[in-house]
Formats: sequence, C-alpha cells, structure tokens
Amino acid sequence: MSGPSIARIVLVIAVLAIVPLLTASNAVLNFLVVTLMIALVAQGWNVLGGYGGQYSFGHAAFFGTGAFVTAVLQARYGVNAWAAFIAGIAGSALVGALIGAITFRSELKGSYFALVTLAFAEVFRILASVAPITGAGVGTLVALDLRPQSFQFQSRAPSYWIVLALLAVSLLVVRMIEGSRFGAWLVAVRENEDAAKALGINPFQVKLAAMTISAAIAGAGGGFYVQYFLFIDSGIAYGPWISIEALLAPIVGGIGTVFGPLLGALAVKALGEGTKLIAGDAPGLDLVIYGCVLILIVAFAPNGIVGLMLKARQRFVLAKDLQPGRSDG
Amino acid sequence: MLSPVILLPAVLNGLLTGAVYALVALGLTLIYGVLHIVNFAHGALLTAALFAAFFAYRLLGLDPYLAVFLLTPLFFVLGYCLQRFVIGPASHGEDRNILLVTLGVAVVVENVLLYFFRADTRTVDLPYGFAVLDFGVAFLAVPRVIGFCVALVVALALWLILNLTDTGKAMRAVAKEKLGAELSGIDVGHIYAVTFGLGTACLAIAACLLLPTYYVNPQVGNAFVLVAFTIVVLGGMGSVAGSLIGGLLVGVVESLSGLFLGESLGQIGIFVIFILVLLFRPSGLFGERT
Amino acid sequence: MAEPLLRVENVSKTFSGLLAVDGASLTVQAGRITALIGPNGAGKTTLFAMISGFLAPSAGRIFHRGEDITGVPPYRLARRGIARTFQIVRPFAGLSVHENIAVGAYLSRRSRADALEAAGQVAELVGLGDLLDRPAAGLTVAGRKRLELARVLATGANLLLLDEVLAGLNPSEVATMVQTIGSLVGRGLTILMIEHVMQAVMSLAQHVYVLSEGRILTEGSPQAVVGDARVIEAYLGRGAAARLSAAGSRHV
Repeated sequence: MSGPSIARIVLVIAVLAIVPLLTASNAVLNFLVVTLMIALVAQGWNVLGGYGGQYSFGHAAFFGTGAFVTAVLQARYGVNAWAAFIAGIAGSALVGALIGAITFRSELKGSYFALVTLAFAEVFRILASVAPITGAGVGTLVALDLRPQSFQFQSRAPSYWIVLALLAVSLLVVRMIEGSRFGAWLVAVRENEDAAKALGINPFQVKLAAMTISAAIAGAGGGFYVQYFLFIDSGIAYGPWISIEALLAPIVGGIGTVFGPLLGALAVKALGEGTKLIAGDAPGLDLVIYGCVLILIVAFAPNGIVGLMLKARQRFVLAKDLQPGRSDG
Repeated sequence: MLSPVILLPAVLNGLLTGAVYALVALGLTLIYGVLHIVNFAHGALLTAALFAAFFAYRLLGLDPYLAVFLLTPLFFVLGYCLQRFVIGPASHGEDRNILLVTLGVAVVVENVLLYFFRADTRTVDLPYGFAVLDFGVAFLAVPRVIGFCVALVVALALWLILNLTDTGKAMRAVAKEKLGAELSGIDVGHIYAVTFGLGTACLAIAACLLLPTYYVNPQVGNAFVLVAFTIVVLGGMGSVAGSLIGGLLVGVVESLSGLFLGESLGQIGIFVIFILVLLFRPSGLFGERT
Repeated sequence: MAEPLLRVENVSKTFSGLLAVDGASLTVQAGRITALIGPNGAGKTTLFAMISGFLAPSAGRIFHRGEDITGVPPYRLARRGIARTFQIVRPFAGLSVHENIAVGAYLSRRSRADALEAAGQVAELVGLGDLLDRPAAGLTVAGRKRLELARVLATGANLLLLDEVLAGLNPSEVATMVQTIGSLVGRGLTILMIEHVMQAVMSLAQHVYVLSEGRILTEGSPQAVVGDARVIEAYLGRGAAARLSAAGSRHV
C-alpha cells in the first residue's frame, strides 16, 4: 500500500487552490465547488468501502444527517453557522457509529450490508419527509446572511476554498490511515477477516471506527451543501442521488486509493456536464450515464482511473527495462 | 376499530396484496437461490414491466390480462439477456462486482424510464377496474382477486418447473453445488440466465396483475422491491414456499398497520421489519456466499 | 507436574445433532511440539477451531496457563499469545509480503516503521527475506505457507496452532519447512500442529494425540502411536493392523 506522499497531496491542493484566481466564471466555480463536495462525500465512502471493503448503498444517511443538523440548528434554534456545521459532522458521526454498531454486531457483510444501509437511508428519507422538524415535505431554508461569520460569502471563491480545505483534510486523513496501524488492520479485515482475527485484530472495532470516520466525512459534505445552497429537503438530503454519486466516484477514480474519489468525481461530473451540453437538461439522463459508467468500469477497469494510471506506468517502466543496452534491473 | 367487520376485509385485502408481493418476491428468491446474488435491479425491472404493460394498453389496446401473454416471454428474454450478456460478464463472478453491476442496471433502467416518460404518474381506466365481488364478509376488488389467484397459480407452476423439469433440476443442482453441476455437464451460464429470465418473467406477470388497480411512475418499483426483499429475507432466501407464505403474511401485516397507522408510516413499518430481520434473525437467512 | 501451557478438558461440539468432537482432552507442555493426527473427518479442524476461539465448544473447558479461555474470541487469544494458521492460506491481497507480515507485527507495535522492521526480522527466520517486496498474492504454495507462519510469528505468539502447515508441499519443501519449525522451538515457542505429513510428525513432534471419530483414541510418543494397532485401523480400516503385521511390513 504505497500511497502518494504528503508532498504530492499538498501539491495537488495547491494547484486546485489557484483556480479561482484564474477564472471569474461563476459557472466554472460552481461546477468545481459541487464536484469537490461530491469528492469529499466520496472520500468518506472510500474509507468504509474502499479501504474497509464494506460497500454502503445508503451513504445518503450520513450526508443528509450532516445537512439537516446544520440546517435545522441554524434555522430553528439560531445556532451559529460554524457551530452548526461542526454539530452536523458530530451528528453524522454519531449516526454512523450507531448504524455501524448494530450492523457489524450482526456481522452483516456484502449484499446484506448494502441492503441494510439502503434501508436505513430510505427510513431517514421518509421520516424527514413527514417530520415537522425537518420541514416535512417543504424542507428547510437557511436564512440568507452573506457574512463569513454565518458561513456564507458574497462570492464563490471563499466557498471554493473552504470545500477544498475540507477535501484536503479528508485526503490527509486517508493518507494517514494508509500509513497507520489502523489502516493495516482495516485492509486485513477487508481481505480476510478470519486471518485478521487470528492475528489479534478485532474486526468489529475496526469496522466501527471506519464507519464513524466515513460518516463524519460524508456529513461534512452534507453540512457544506447546506451552507452553499441554503436549502435542504428530504429528497436532497437522503435521496439515492447522493448515495450513488458517493460510491460511483471512488469506483471510477480508483477504489481504496487516496486520490480515487477526487479523480472519479471530476471524471463523473465532467461527464454529466458534457451530457447536459449535448442532450439537454432532461431529468434522469445523467444518472443513466452514471449507471452505464458504473457497469463499464466494473467490467473493464475495476481499479478505476488510478488503476489504469498505475498499469500505464508499469508498462512504461517495463518498456524502458527491455530496451537494449540497459543492464539487468 | 377491532371489530371483525373492519378487520376481516383488511385481512382479506392483505392476503390479496400479499399474493402479488409474493410473486415479486418469488422472482427475487429464485435469483438469489440459484445465482446467490441479491438482484438490486429487481425494482427497476418491475417498473419497466409496469410501463410496458401500461403502453401495451395505451398503444396496442391490449388488456393487461392479455398483455401478460406477450410481456411474460418478452421479459423472460430480457432477463435472460441481461444476465447472460451484461451482469454475468461484467462482474467476472465476484460478489462485490455483482452488487455494483446490478445496482448499475437498476440505475440505468429506472432513469431511462424517467428520461423518456418523465415523473408523471399514470393510471389506466379499465371497465372492470372498480368492479367488486361480494364475499359476504367483505367486498373485494375483482382485479385483486384475479391477482391473488394468478399469483398462486404461478407459484405452483414455478414449483412444478423446479421439481419436474430437467431445467428445474439443473437449476436446483446449480443452486446447491455449482462446481459439481458444472462438472456434470450443466451449462451454468445458461442456467443462471434462465433463472434470471424466470425472475423477470414473474415481474412481468406481477405488473400485468397490478396495472388495473395501481399507478405507474418511475419510482413505483422501488416501493415494491423493499417489500419483496423483506419477504425474501423473512421467508428465507431461496425458498419458494417461504416467499409465498412470507408474502401473504407481509400483505396482511401491511394492511392491518395501514389501518392503524396510516399510509406513510406503514411504509416505514416494512423497512423497520426488514432491518430488524436482517439484524436479529441470522438463523432465518441462508448466509452469505463466501 | 507443572501446569501445562494449554489444557483442553473434555471438549465436545455438536452441529445440529451431529457430534463432531466427543469429550476430547489434551495437554500441551510449554516448549514442546505436540501433534494432533487422525484420519480425515475425525474432527481435528473442529477441535482446532475451538481451541483457537473460532468456535465455542458445546461442552468442556479450555485452559491457557491455568486460566479459562473457553469461548474467548480469537483476537483476544492472539493478545494472550495464542495464534493460529489456516489450512488454506489466503494472503492479504494487494499488500506486499512485507506488509502482510507487518499486520501480525502490529499486534504489539504502533508505528509502521517498527512493525515493518519486526516483520523483516521474522521474514528472515522463515526464509522470506528475499521476497519482502513481492506482492503476497504472487507467492507459490510453499511461499504462502511460510507467509502464514511468519504472520503468526510476528504477533509475538508463544503458542502456535499450526493447521496442516505442510499440506501441498513437495518433499524438499517439506524438509525445509520441518527445519524451520524445528528451529522455532529453540526460541521458546510451543507448537500444537494438525498434520497429515507423517514424516514431519515423526521428526518434529515430542507428543502425539490421535483423534478418530471425534474422540481421542490414544496419545504418546510418535513411535508408540504409529505402531499402535488401533491407530493403524483408524486410518486403514478394520483388520488392517493384523494384515500388515502378517505381511511382515512396518508401516510408517
């Protein structure tokens, strides 16, 4: 598991940070903000799905909880936006821990785990669509207050930098996991749970920790969504769209890698925009493309973009080694 | 509230609904029993079948009870091809991949329907749509009674296929011991596809039974499918009898809780049962294929 | 006599009416190699699974250093110094040999650097020193068996439960592995091994238990056990012992 160095992560973030200085186009910035937010939620999914090997089909449950906690605390209880945001992350982490505790206690895996997470997300969605506190069918609006103290800004650039910062944190968190004991244990549990147990690893604790971290990161994405769009309802918060994008991005980009979710989010979202340009803004079309991409990636490039890049590099190295005049490597 | 005059019709209606639930669940359990995969595309395929039945009526003027003879073989072929040419090859046989591929199929089918037909809800107006039969203790809608009977017949037919035909025996062989079946000369890929086809065919039949009394929009399949998953998990993955009994049971429970709790909370009830069963009745499940 | 390192007392296991292990008792003395042999289906793997915490016994108790460890889960046993290998070795795919072994080393170390260093040392012990950076999934069967051994050694275990660690190896690989295992005892380790490869049992084990049809048939030194008529019959069927001695051949 040799991942990218911290230096490379910093470099990528630095390059991305320059973008608002190069363009004033709101459309471009908006596209990137949303894409980076998806990348953030996807990175959360990646911790549990990529490194932990547990594919959640209901990550909306964490995204949505982060979103609603952030929104409701502000809209109904006048809590400061930043505090509400932190509370949102804490809330989704808590939900992650709870769901993780009961599902992993029952040792659910694979398809059953995916089903259960799907069911939880749906339960949350239905509850949120009828509960008064979340605004029931109407949703929750956060009052417009374009000041930094309220986590709202006059222009797009600060939002962009904030979501980029959140993403940077998530990249570093994942990088740290990769190089840590927890990361080694997580991968061991993913690959062979029995062997892991025999080596002193407690699979329940490891999976639970992964789920909690995963939920917290996804929740941060949800909280950010609310601050950027100032509106949330049950369909946006807990709908299948985010559950699907959260898993599609890492799979396309490279499951179980640091940069996979970011690369995948960029690729998927770019594809979505391209589709809209060509075929118009009809509902459902982008998801059709996403579904096809998912199938194609699984069929032909299961390690995603990162996998393809690694293969290309290997071939390049091999080709160099086979050139005449080179001493045996 | 608890008088038999109110309860009995609720129970009977629950049985009628439950039979169609069971039919949907049968397809799912068959696929799981033989292929050992959870077919996430089941809901989307049911939706597609409902749309097909709807347009068979609208464009071809085919009454659903006639359309079923057209759609069932059509959907059998669709299911066969899906498994043989998409799901099977794409997943390279790995469980995790199958999960994702069936999810992908679900997303594609559902959103193709959404793209072409928008999110509007459609219904059909059939002359017998509101006809009722007087059973003494309750008035039961004719289409639903027909649905009940047909579902039972289909369940019986499936049982006969599984136990008396060569293909059925091959299916059972593959379900039990794939490698051994393969070594005995059974074309496992073909059997997988046949099973998937049968599962989708069940959906076509269920759709035609539902059309007279139900509505059609791109989301409708999902509602049924969570119920179907609950039934399959309750009755035991891979058990035909379990799905039938589970279906009837769930139908009655849903009817009664709808009576006491109202529409949307009733929906949650199914999900909660589903989650609880998955969490606490591992003995009722046939475990994960490793 | 000192309290044995491991004491299994009258352990039984029933699977829906089928009695797989019936009142088996055995002891393992510290610093020795003890073997558990028996024909296929005798219940050895089930007994092993119970000792290593993967199955809870239906009856009976298991003691480690005098403390009751019956039903304690495997990861806690590993922390007590009891680690097992698996018959079918599946290395942690995607990780190198070095990283695979490190997973075991992490049991008593926090940092990646420490774990990797300890893993490197263990790798030398079992002869994997040259293959550290290879992907573990690319190892031969013999390599995988050594990896299995290395992983449990890296945990710092003092009681190794080896499950048919020689299965699938050719004669020269068996000889090498036997040497490796033999050298481990010199380092203060105790070993309980399930084994079919008699050559290994004869040369390594100081004490042998024979399990047949879920029951301990007999125990003793390898020589004694192997010549026991009942043991021969358990493997070869009724009357085999008589036939063999009539033919005048010694069965090893």
